[in-house]
Amino acid sequence: MALDRRLCRGWVHGVSRAAAGLAALLPLGAAHAAWEFNMPRGVTLISREAYDQHMLMLWWCVGIGVVVFGAMFYSMIRHRRAAGHTAANFHHNTFAEIVWTVIPVVILVLMAIPATRALIVMEDTSESDMTLKVTGHQWKWRYEYLEDGVDFFSSLAPESREAIYSDAYSREHYLLEVDNEVVLPVGRKVRILLTANDVIHAWWVPALGMKKDAIPGFINELWTRIDEPGVYRGQCAELCGKDHGYMPIVVRAVSSEEYAAWVGEHLAARETAAQAALRDWSREELMARGEEVYLTACAACHQQNGRGVPPAFPAITGSPIATGPLDTHLDRVMNGKPGTAMAAFAEQLDDSDLAAVITFQRNALGNAVGDVVQPAAIRAAR
Amino acid sequence: MAEAQYYLPHGTRWPILGSIGLTALVGGFAALLNGASLASLVMVLGAVVLVAMMFLWFSQVVRESESRIYNDQVDRSFRWGMGWFIFSEVCFFGAFFGALFYARVYSVPWLGGEGTGVATNLFLWPAFDSVWPTNGPEALGGAYRTMGAWGIPALNTIILLSSGGTVTWAHWGILKGSRRQFVGGLLLTVGLGFLFVGLQAYEYYEAYAHLNLKLSTGIYGSTFFMLTGFHGAHVTIGAIMLAVVMLRGMKGHFDAKHHFAFEAAAWYWHFVDVVWLGLFIFVYWL
Amino acid sequence: MSAATTHDAHHDDHHHHGPDPGVLRWVFTTNHKDIGTLYLVFSFLMLLLGGVLALGIRAELWSPGLQFVDPDFFNQLTTMHALIMVFGAIMPATVGFANWMIPMMIGAPDMALPRMNNWSFWLLPFAFALLLATFFMEGGAPAAGWTLYPPLVLQGGANLPFAIFAIHLMGISSVMGSINIIVTILNMRAPGMTLLKMPLFVWTWLITAFLLVAAMPVFAGAVTMLLTDKFFGTSFFSAAGGGDPVLFQHIFWFFGHPEVYIMILPSFGIVSQVLPTFSRKPLFGYESMVYATASIAFLSFIVWAHHMFTVGMPLAGELFFMYTTMLIAVPTGVKVFNWAATMWRGSLTFETPMLYAIAFVILFTIGGFSGLMLAIVPSDFQYHDTYFVVAHFHYVLVTGALFGIFAGVFYWLPKWTGNMYDERLGKWHFWLSTIFVNILFFPQHFLGLAGMPRRIPDYAVQFADWNMVSSIGGFGFGLTQLLFAWIVLKCCRGGKQATSEVWDGSDGLEWTLPSPAPYHTFETPPAVR
Repeated sequence: MALDRRLCRGWVHGVSRAAAGLAALLPLGAAHAAWEFNMPRGVTLISREAYDQHMLMLWWCVGIGVVVFGAMFYSMIRHRRAAGHTAANFHHNTFAEIVWTVIPVVILVLMAIPATRALIVMEDTSESDMTLKVTGHQWKWRYEYLEDGVDFFSSLAPESREAIYSDAYSREHYLLEVDNEVVLPVGRKVRILLTANDVIHAWWVPALGMKKDAIPGFINELWTRIDEPGVYRGQCAELCGKDHGYMPIVVRAVSSEEYAAWVGEHLAARETAAQAALRDWSREELMARGEEVYLTACAACHQQNGRGVPPAFPAITGSPIATGPLDTHLDRVMNGKPGTAMAAFAEQLDDSDLAAVITFQRNALGNAVGDVVQPAAIRAAR
Repeated sequence: MAEAQYYLPHGTRWPILGSIGLTALVGGFAALLNGASLASLVMVLGAVVLVAMMFLWFSQVVRESESRIYNDQVDRSFRWGMGWFIFSEVCFFGAFFGALFYARVYSVPWLGGEGTGVATNLFLWPAFDSVWPTNGPEALGGAYRTMGAWGIPALNTIILLSSGGTVTWAHWGILKGSRRQFVGGLLLTVGLGFLFVGLQAYEYYEAYAHLNLKLSTGIYGSTFFMLTGFHGAHVTIGAIMLAVVMLRGMKGHFDAKHHFAFEAAAWYWHFVDVVWLGLFIFVYWL
Repeated sequence: MSAATTHDAHHDDHHHHGPDPGVLRWVFTTNHKDIGTLYLVFSFLMLLLGGVLALGIRAELWSPGLQFVDPDFFNQLTTMHALIMVFGAIMPATVGFANWMIPMMIGAPDMALPRMNNWSFWLLPFAFALLLATFFMEGGAPAAGWTLYPPLVLQGGANLPFAIFAIHLMGISSVMGSINIIVTILNMRAPGMTLLKMPLFVWTWLITAFLLVAAMPVFAGAVTMLLTDKFFGTSFFSAAGGGDPVLFQHIFWFFGHPEVYIMILPSFGIVSQVLPTFSRKPLFGYESMVYATASIAFLSFIVWAHHMFTVGMPLAGELFFMYTTMLIAVPTGVKVFNWAATMWRGSLTFETPMLYAIAFVILFTIGGFSGLMLAIVPSDFQYHDTYFVVAHFHYVLVTGALFGIFAGVFYWLPKWTGNMYDERLGKWHFWLSTIFVNILFFPQHFLGLAGMPRRIPDYAVQFADWNMVSSIGGFGFGLTQLLFAWIVLKCCRGGKQATSEVWDGSDGLEWTLPSPAPYHTFETPPAVR
């Protein structure tokens, strides 16, 4: 039943969108964001290089296409038998064949020169002002600001996740919004170190113009210098499993002052959280915090209702681990299960969040073990 | 007779039997890897069917060949076919040599911080130095010793190169009509072949029992065992081919003009020989 | 050609007779025409199956949000769609053409190694049984993409070893089939049929077969390493042991790039047969066509890393692979110009095969243009792994390889069946296919440029409109193929009797034979001028 409703809504929406889109197409050139044709020009030197190369190549191809297809259509119209044309019998012309071998070579050289120049600039990560280490996880990103000490995980915003099965159009930035945005200062050369924790991912924000794979065990480098403040959205661009489509990237580019303020706030918040982990939490606090953490950290695999998608993603509801001895449960959540998709959360979550989410798993989603886990227990288990 | 028409068989039962056998073999193996019960039984049955099919198919070809219904053109088809088959085998080994090359020239140096691997080494594997052989930054499989080049491997090189000589000697035998030299040369070749395989097996035993060098010993163990293992399997196949040719020679098959089965096996043997030289140089020696 | 392929009157064997009755004929057959038919029928079934999976993909992508499938099953659909289309539909179809046509085009009595020919085909149904069985296993079918990149593919469940062994069987089938084709072409030509007199279709298949023999074993090696990494503790693709996940990509694409030419070259050959026939004019630049095909084949072995510009290769590597990739445009351009020059000042008629051949030249060239754009590394960083790439390779493989196959089917169907197909329905099939396929794939260029990654089951709302257009095209194109099945069936059952020449501009040995071609042909080799 629920599926039917979702289906209907999706289709009705789709059809009405299509109608609106077609209407928007009629006055040619009418700006309608959804009927996007071309690559964005972006806000970095690199994205503009990519765009310029793209447009240059596009026009070369259009030009060649007009000539070649034009000749074909000319002969289709003029050299028809129906038009009374009789066949010539030539099958060879050395001069023509040399010409159409040499001219493409010349064109290719003309294409290769600017491409080479651009590529050399794009791959030069030296003399950067700051370094951001990005680690791909199934299915979230970890960002470490090596100089400023900021370190956090960034996942699909829970609002978007809830909209997947209800109404995608209810979110303006459906699937392109996150819980924690990457904040970068404009005008500074940021060197980005890319790696991955489990499988290969790829970090890509179209407006920044560079895409590179995040490969487990290796570090790839890229750089960016954002010219204009703004929010730039992208996605993982290398198939990385079930939720490959659900690990967005959001970069907020701000002035240097705002960036410094953001770093300060972030560090202060972390200090507050560290302090909070030193005290005992009430059951209600744990359950409330636990639900939030569950939605961002666990629900992608184990589902919002805790039923999972067996066999790859077992249910939490009634699970022998979530309803069994606490030690095993702690160990599984903190250290993961090698060889499966179950990641180790000891590094991803702090003591309070771990305590909260474990408490939540044991006392919600149909489970009712009754015990609570305090941050201190996590600290002891580390 | 040799100028008769191109022989075209009318129907054949062997391929479908082969497909059934091969599918049972690999399907059973796949199920075995997944831990299914009875999978090994399916696998063994498949292998039996496959081997029986090959025996029957080749027997038929041998009978047809001995009744001289193959003309020179058919003979050329077999020659081209065998040549291209060996070429495909070269490409298969190429994949594994390529992996060895990549590990030694790119991935291990990068992990050790050379070239574009500076950040890789600094942030992920700061304790790792690029050396070869290696079992990687996490020292998979623990401490191990490497297989030296100048013990058994050097002996094996001599054995295999000599077998290349004995197989040529056998060829001279059939060309000049000396069946004694032909069979004798083959017996020597097959013997040397199995001696090689035996020494290789002993080397594996040494590696596992005393050197702690295993398939799971990082990239060194992976490339070492996969390359030498596939090579050893090919030596075994080649030796079986030569042994069949020898038995046929003892039954009076072949003469100075008709002995393509021998030549095919000999080509294969030389191919196996050349692969070994690559192995000896790049896996054992350098 | 000292050893003539004439009949020895004294020699009594069975191949004067026609085919055996009953189903077992098809299981035991060693006749190249039977085996060609088997390949073609099998490939059409796989085309339908792969097409159904594609429609599952397009249905889910009709609108944002998840409606029909869960994300993991979506990944199974994309993976299996690709594996089935590449190894089950396109490749066997072209091998079917090779079996049917090469002996007839070079004046040979059959393929050189008929028993092995049977096995080449009969491995395929078994290989696909293993592959398709994974849909019903715990954890479902492979879901890491047909490119099988580790470490993701190693997370696969029970399907992994089955998929790997299925690929091994397909590889054995391909290598045996290719060896057979090479040997047939090199050893079975009628007296006087020198290499440079061979029809271009034979040339393209000779080169294709060479690519297969060289590339398939490398792929077999790569998947074997996956198997041992998963089950036997090797670390080819794990940095912890000194390996590298990217190593797999290098080996895979060393196979994978020749593989794309394996799929397209036979269609090049078909189009090079069709265009002269309906232009009533010899193929322009025959020898440069041969050299261009050979150059493309050579280059295909040194361009592989353009599929993986984002893996972080050293700059020198990126430049090398960019330059070599751009070079491919030269021989490809020569071919396109030669086709256009073949039509130039001909006496053109537009029967269905000709329509498909012309559409092939234009639409394949569009795929070639986007390929050239993808070669430019700075912009490839934007295109890579987006729908722009999806649009590119579907232009090359659907409006390229598949349209070439359609052209070939309509071109030779009268020779195979002895009946003319229904020309009116053929034209319907052409126009419906061509219109829908462009509605299906052209908008995918826009989606990719606007930033939609490939292989995602769900997308941001800004991509909704073009996705719906694309899905409409997909369903239209898919349904149109039922018309194809009907046209072929109708032609098999009857129709206007075809003459030997079939087309008034036809040229070549196959058109000297009666239509339908007898069960055994050229038992006496024809004289070739």
